[in-house]
Amino acid sequence: MSDQAQSHHDAVDDVMIELRGMHKWYDKFHVLKDIDLVVHKGERIVVCGPSGSGKSTMIRCINRLEEHQRGQIFVDGVELTGDLKHVEQIRKEVGMVFQHFNLFPHLTVLDNLTLAPIWVRKLPRKEAEAAAMALLEKVKIPEQAKKYPGQLSGGQQQRVAIARSLCMNPKIMLFDEPTSALDPEMIKEVLDTMVELAETGMTMICVTHEMGFAKTVANRVIFMDEGEIIEENEPHEFFNNPKQDRTKLFLSQILGH
Amino acid sequence: MSTFERGPDLPPPVTQVGVIGWLRRNLFSSWLYSFLTLLALYLVWIVVPPVINWALLDASWSGTAREDCTSDGACWVFVSVRFNQFMYGFYPEAQQWRVNIIYGTLFLLMTPLFLKAFPWKTALGGFIIFVYPFIAYGLLDGAWFGLEVVETTRWGGLSLTLILAGVGCVAALPLGIILALGRRATDMPAAKSLCVIFIEFWRGVPLITVLFMSSVMLPLFLPEGVQFDKLMRALIGITLFQSAYMAEVIRGGLQAIPKGQYEAADALGLGYWKKTGLIVLPQAMKIVIPGIVNTFIALIKDTTLVLIIGLFELLGMIQNALNDPNWLGYATEGYAFTALTFWIICFSLSRYSMRIERKLHTGH
Ligand SMILES: Nc1ncnc2c1ncn2[C@@H]1O[C@H](COP(=O)(O)OP(=O)(O)O)[C@@H](O)[C@H]1O
Ligand SMILES: [Mg+2]
Repeated sequence: MSDQAQSHHDAVDDVMIELRGMHKWYDKFHVLKDIDLVVHKGERIVVCGPSGSGKSTMIRCINRLEEHQRGQIFVDGVELTGDLKHVEQIRKEVGMVFQHFNLFPHLTVLDNLTLAPIWVRKLPRKEAEAAAMALLEKVKIPEQAKKYPGQLSGGQQQRVAIARSLCMNPKIMLFDEPTSALDPEMIKEVLDTMVELAETGMTMICVTHEMGFAKTVANRVIFMDEGEIIEENEPHEFFNNPKQDRTKLFLSQILGH
Repeated sequence: MSTFERGPDLPPPVTQVGVIGWLRRNLFSSWLYSFLTLLALYLVWIVVPPVINWALLDASWSGTAREDCTSDGACWVFVSVRFNQFMYGFYPEAQQWRVNIIYGTLFLLMTPLFLKAFPWKTALGGFIIFVYPFIAYGLLDGAWFGLEVVETTRWGGLSLTLILAGVGCVAALPLGIILALGRRATDMPAAKSLCVIFIEFWRGVPLITVLFMSSVMLPLFLPEGVQFDKLMRALIGITLFQSAYMAEVIRGGLQAIPKGQYEAADALGLGYWKKTGLIVLPQAMKIVIPGIVNTFIALIKDTTLVLIIGLFELLGMIQNALNDPNWLGYATEGYAFTALTFWIICFSLSRYSMRIERKLHTGH
């Protein structure tokens, strides 16, 4: 981490996510190796790296869709352990958007959005629906509220998925390659939604290869390879002046120089 | 630079359209197919007219005794004279209104479930499944309502068939769901093994054995003098047996739900039961409706096996009537009537399940 970023955020209480010496194995396969990462409130982190480098696994550990075996993870001051109470508490605070949307196909768009607020946050239905409609306005598809996910385009589905996560009023949003399953002409509408979200000051970790997005939105870019964080820097430095050979190789492949 | 010119839409060739086109494509597309088509027509010609003659044209329909059956065809008098027994078994005629009320009310209660706009479907469904069976039992038996007591041994005929199948299916459904969920609970090995053993045990035993055991062996384990209703024992046996099949059907549906659905539910903070009840089961149950109806249809027909433990459902009553010296020799009519009754019930169910499937399919 650059000294500048460090000095910006020396107040301890605004650390939102902290990974300390975190390791993870799938059986014998050491997928994450000694990951250290601190994300402060309002920071926007972009994670990139070759396929299979452990990017998804890392962010999935943050809301415990995957379990880590060594080291510590703190989210909003709560440590993630086997304790189910902590897990549930953290999941309420952390929203996640998946590559394949994972909307609930048997529920209308509106019901997709209100399900968790009603059943987890115990909001009255009226209130939940009002909040959901407001969010659908924000992602610019209020007219689709009564439709089923299968009737929407990929870009619309992903925007619904983002709205669904936001309905829980999360403090942190995790994105796992939100645009890589989309047709090219739909990528922009989803990225625009994410940029707008970033402007509201949301703490975000995005796994993405959209380098334009990284350049304009990220405070920091993290490069992972073979389960390790190889390099992290603020975007301008990261793209123009990569330090590690592996980063250079990756950037040359992805940017097509 | 030339502009691309769009070609006109042409009509399809005549051999592809109309009656002739259809015949050619489907029935006479080659020499072999033409031969098979003619063979099929010939078989229909041989079989259908005699059956129609026997069952309808030459049949005797009215009368009160076998002497009224004078023609060569079927003697439906046998069925009409015994019809009451075929429906109600040995339930006393003066009390049969109770059976009618039970089935009539059930029918009325179920109607709103099929109306799209009815808002209290869940509550009504819950009432029908969890409360109504006790009311029905109370009224049929009579003791709770101070009516003349009609022991379960006197229940019979088609009304008993429907009780056995209905209770068996409705009670097996929740049990099957729990077993299927248990079998997939990899993080609870003890519960999982228990479910696997239960399912595999009941799937491996023929229903007829289950019924024998429930009527012959179970009393050996009960303390001296304790009477356990025979029908109740059969119902428990059928339910446990059926729940194992139900569990496997439902497990198939659970397996079809993509991992992403579980993950999305987890990420939203839904706990195990909410995730299961709100996300997984609604999708899985839709997928397995055909499978559930299929096992239900099999169960309806399997209920005829209770004959061997001395319960007289529809086939049992027919069998009983065939032993009547006055009506010897009318087995064909008896069995044809049974077969037709079962076929109508099972076929309606199958059509109904197809309708639900289509409706759910267009739903989204
Ligand atoms: N459930 C799993 N079981 C075993 N190995 C897995 C599992 N999920 C991912 N992996 C492996 O872990 C590595 C990292 O995967 P992932 O985090 O999905 O990478 P990325 O998102 O960077 O492409 C890959 O080699 C992948 O094959
Ligand atoms: Mg990935």
